[in-house]
Amino acid sequence: MRRLVLSRFLQAIPTLWVIATLTFFMTRFAPGGPFDSEKAIPQEIKAKLESHFGLDRPLFEQYLMYLSNLLQGDLGPSFKYPEWDVSELIATAFPVSLTLGVMSLLIALCLGIPVGMVAALRRNSWMDYLPMSLSMVGICLPTFVLGPLLIFALSTNLGVFPPLGWYGPDDWILPSLTLGLFYGAYIARLTRAGMLETLQLDYIRTARAKGASSWRILTKHAAKGGLLPVVTFLGPAFAGLITGSFVIESIFFIPGLGKFFVTAAFNRDYTMVLGTVLFYASLIIFLNLMVDVLQAWLDPKARQTK
Amino acid sequence: MSMQTSNSLGKDAWLRLRANRMAMLSLFVLIGIFIISLLGPLLSSFSYQEQNLDKVFQPPDKEHFLGTDNLGRDLFARTTYGGRISLAVGLLATLVSLLIGVSYGMIAGYAGGRIDSFMMRGVDVLYSLPFIIFVILLMVLFGRNFLLLFIAIGAVEWLTMARITRAQTLNLKNTEFIEAARALGYSHLRIIFRHILPNLLGPIIVYATLTVPAVMLLEAVLSFLGLGVQAPMSSWGSLIKEGAEKMDAAPWLLLFPGLFFCVTLFALNFLGDGLRDALDPKSSQDG
Amino acid sequence: MPSIQSLPRMDSMGQLNIQNLSINFRSREGIVQAVNDIDLKIKEGEIVGLVGESGSGKSVTCNSILQLLPCPPAEISHGTIEWTGKDLLKKSEPNMAQIRGKEISMIFQDPMSCLNPYLTVLEQVAEPLIIHNLATPTEAMQQASDILAEVGVDRILTSPNAYPHEFSGGMRQRVMIAMALITKPALLLADEPTTALDVTVQAKILSILKEACLKRKISVLFVSHDLGLVAELADRVVVMYRGKVIEQKDTASLFQNPEHPYVKALIACRPTLESSSDRLPTVEDFNNPNSCCIGANESFTSTLLLHERKVLLETKELTVEFSSKDEKVRAVNDVNLAIREGTTHGLVGESGSGKTTLGRSILQLLQKTSGQILLHGKPIVIGNSQQQLHFRRSMQIIFQDPYASLNPRLTIEQTLIEPMIVHGIGNNNQNRKERVVALLEEVGLASEHLSRYPHQFSGGQRQRICVARALTTEPQFIVCDECVSAMDVSVQAQVLNLLKSLQESRGLTYLFISHDLGVVKFMSDEISVMQHGTIVETGTVDAIYQKPQTEYTRQLIEAVPRANRSTNIFS
Repeated sequence: MRRLVLSRFLQAIPTLWVIATLTFFMTRFAPGGPFDSEKAIPQEIKAKLESHFGLDRPLFEQYLMYLSNLLQGDLGPSFKYPEWDVSELIATAFPVSLTLGVMSLLIALCLGIPVGMVAALRRNSWMDYLPMSLSMVGICLPTFVLGPLLIFALSTNLGVFPPLGWYGPDDWILPSLTLGLFYGAYIARLTRAGMLETLQLDYIRTARAKGASSWRILTKHAAKGGLLPVVTFLGPAFAGLITGSFVIESIFFIPGLGKFFVTAAFNRDYTMVLGTVLFYASLIIFLNLMVDVLQAWLDPKARQTK
Repeated sequence: MSMQTSNSLGKDAWLRLRANRMAMLSLFVLIGIFIISLLGPLLSSFSYQEQNLDKVFQPPDKEHFLGTDNLGRDLFARTTYGGRISLAVGLLATLVSLLIGVSYGMIAGYAGGRIDSFMMRGVDVLYSLPFIIFVILLMVLFGRNFLLLFIAIGAVEWLTMARITRAQTLNLKNTEFIEAARALGYSHLRIIFRHILPNLLGPIIVYATLTVPAVMLLEAVLSFLGLGVQAPMSSWGSLIKEGAEKMDAAPWLLLFPGLFFCVTLFALNFLGDGLRDALDPKSSQDG
Repeated sequence: MPSIQSLPRMDSMGQLNIQNLSINFRSREGIVQAVNDIDLKIKEGEIVGLVGESGSGKSVTCNSILQLLPCPPAEISHGTIEWTGKDLLKKSEPNMAQIRGKEISMIFQDPMSCLNPYLTVLEQVAEPLIIHNLATPTEAMQQASDILAEVGVDRILTSPNAYPHEFSGGMRQRVMIAMALITKPALLLADEPTTALDVTVQAKILSILKEACLKRKISVLFVSHDLGLVAELADRVVVMYRGKVIEQKDTASLFQNPEHPYVKALIACRPTLESSSDRLPTVEDFNNPNSCCIGANESFTSTLLLHERKVLLETKELTVEFSSKDEKVRAVNDVNLAIREGTTHGLVGESGSGKTTLGRSILQLLQKTSGQILLHGKPIVIGNSQQQLHFRRSMQIIFQDPYASLNPRLTIEQTLIEPMIVHGIGNNNQNRKERVVALLEEVGLASEHLSRYPHQFSGGQRQRICVARALTTEPQFIVCDECVSAMDVSVQAQVLNLLKSLQESRGLTYLFISHDLGVVKFMSDEISVMQHGTIVETGTVDAIYQKPQTEYTRQLIEAVPRANRSTNIFS
């Protein structure tokens, strides 16, 4: 087990290095990029950039400076608002997005898994068709359609939840619900498929032949195998929640990292964009590592191999 | 053993698909949407660009089927035009990801050994990142180029296609009929194109059909964020964005493009599921 | 005076009494009658063997007793299954659950997939006691440990938290047996429990099973396709064919006086260690009363004695090593083999013996690590594609699984013409097609089969197509890699007869790989026995089977189940 964690960790390092290097070279050589000398930039910003990135030094030295800055967590000043450091901005915005993400994930799991299990047990009945059709609708209803619709229905017309902003717990409900329902739909389908497949396996028949009740079969025998696809999905789900946050935070005017990122992209705030990209990349690699560990913990066979 | 009439596996699959009502309904709906998107802008009496500041925010009526937007532009014309863009991006990007992904996966799977490990290591590294972030980065750095847009989007999806193709190729490579082909002295090229590729078609078709909606969704998200196509060109994504902003004043601006978009996604997903069931080899084998 | 109803019914009522049972399966193509109006009784303490080939309905019958059939698509159209006086088919699911694992237990065929990979072995063996409230959790674990030790799973004492994947196939089947017997049921249902196991392992499992059941006075329903196996174990044998029971008798009478022609054929067409003939009788022989080929023939003496023939293929110190991340495995270790022209060299071994690897490496489908392979005395060189093509023309292979051996997307015509195109055989399309038709007829198929696809043929027919394909390049040498192992006995007989007649007509040389000693004996002139990658013993057929020199060979021969070890069943 420990070997697994260690090996994944070691694998992550070259990945991060590749990303850092790629972004470095992309920004240096992109036409119309931030370091294009033809661009008209206010003098103070230019000075600050040059000192931070060492634009007067040879390329290789710039690269080393860049890497060493990264290791210290220094992502440079924001291009658009040079009084702020990128890392400070990320530190303020990320907790908001994290709350949104965690709540959405909880909603998705608490909704999706039970629904999927019931659908698998009561296959081809209304308890299967109805939730599965709804979940299909859920998958096809993107968050940027669902969000405004929910605002329109629940907020504007029924006045149940506040629509915009992020001031108190009240504000958390609609956004998390929007994102959570979308992923809940995916999880419901995966759970159903995973459970159905597991329930066909030979060892379930053995359990039945021993006289186990349906409940016992479901919880003790089928659950671990059946939920494995959901665990595997967690990896892409985390990535999706991050992407989803861009959209949700834009719709609901939430001051999270997603909104900052999108605004920075619009405003051509290069350092902010790059810094956020690196941050996200590290985050996802870390989360994928967690998922791998979780998978290995569930599967006795995987525990013993590297 | 009974001899059925000589049906190839392809024909068997088509018959099974025909029997699946939801899948056939989806197919017809898709064909319908395709036709409307293609012909709509031509048939409509208004151009998608034509502004008419007298008729701003008109609800649907006889003249404007779906109403008008904040600049008096006809929503029907804009929506069908948007359909062209969205569908074009969807199909073209899927094609790009198909070509790259299938070739890559087939080579990796067939070669096996070190070459395979090396190629797939690269894929694994790239897979672990949400590509959309890189697409956004590219958009920021290189500006909003329509061609770049759908190449970038296609490049996002090729990874999964490569993984699936490689897994299938590995499976096939170890089957006895491929070993028999080697024992008979067939060249690698012959084996790849005559024996492996035709047997990959099933999963590839299914996955391609499911990739189109994923790609369309990606494009829509980008447009929604303002990073996709630029006005006056519109895709369903950008139309939905405008509609969401003006929702209180004119809900139809959100509703109709949203409806077109969601129905298309819905139909593509159902068709994909239907194809998956139809091409499932387990149901066609006896014994 | 007790009324008639309350008198215990004596000899006509067994413990399990199946009457008029009929089971259908609904599928897209229609309704299939799997079981057609059968009667079956099992008395207390009796071991009943249920025998049949694929499609006979034996497994369906067995699974229906505990209602384990998936109910759609299966439906039980009529009949009763009485157990201690009550009809099981009328019981509700919760009531059935009380009987399963407690009064009636079941073990299944594939021990690899029948144990839950996520739970420890001890937990799973103890589970029936916990489900039926027969012991507290601690007591249950202790009893589980005890019964596992009894059936020979000693490892459980040193690693009590072991998971199923840490055990071999034979060990897992012992676990299944322990799990089934821990509640001391009155009846054990065994659905082909040894089919997936090696011969020596199979013998041990059977003896454990027999001992455990006799000790606890448990009645057994033993389902199998192997008549010899059932004969060793059972008191009474029931033979099924296409859903019907065609004969039931006690074992000795069945083998000495079979009545139904199908049963006679089943007994006769299985190549056993006692028989020696040139051709196996098949089901057709028994259905056709005018057939003259029933019974043992004299061994055909070839015009050339064995040792006068030239050596066609030879291996010298052949070694094949596989290296994975941490270990090196020697699948084939220093093998010396000499195969003579026009003969069949049998290669016998259990799983893991390396026989398949040996066959593949001779054919250059696998890279050898060291040693030499000589064809006509000269080392095989396949440097450029010319040499490759030339080599491949003369050496071919037939695989085990007829379902995976043909490209499902090509018609039979395409599959058979392709080798000719690649090797430049035949002048034009017309010529090639004629050759293909001739080949098909040679293997017993017809020209109208050309335009069909593999999925439209049965297993036996597909294997014939594979034989035809191997013959397209007019090879001298063919490796038969377990090519009849996946077939029913009756179909197997046909294919074996075909292979033998082709050998005579074309002068072919075979390397015949199999785990089945009876089949190998029938086919071969010389035999090599392989274990753990090395050749343990080589000799002529008579020498090996009558005077085996090594212990392992003796074990293999001993382990083969036979109806009656001392008498020849051919009268």
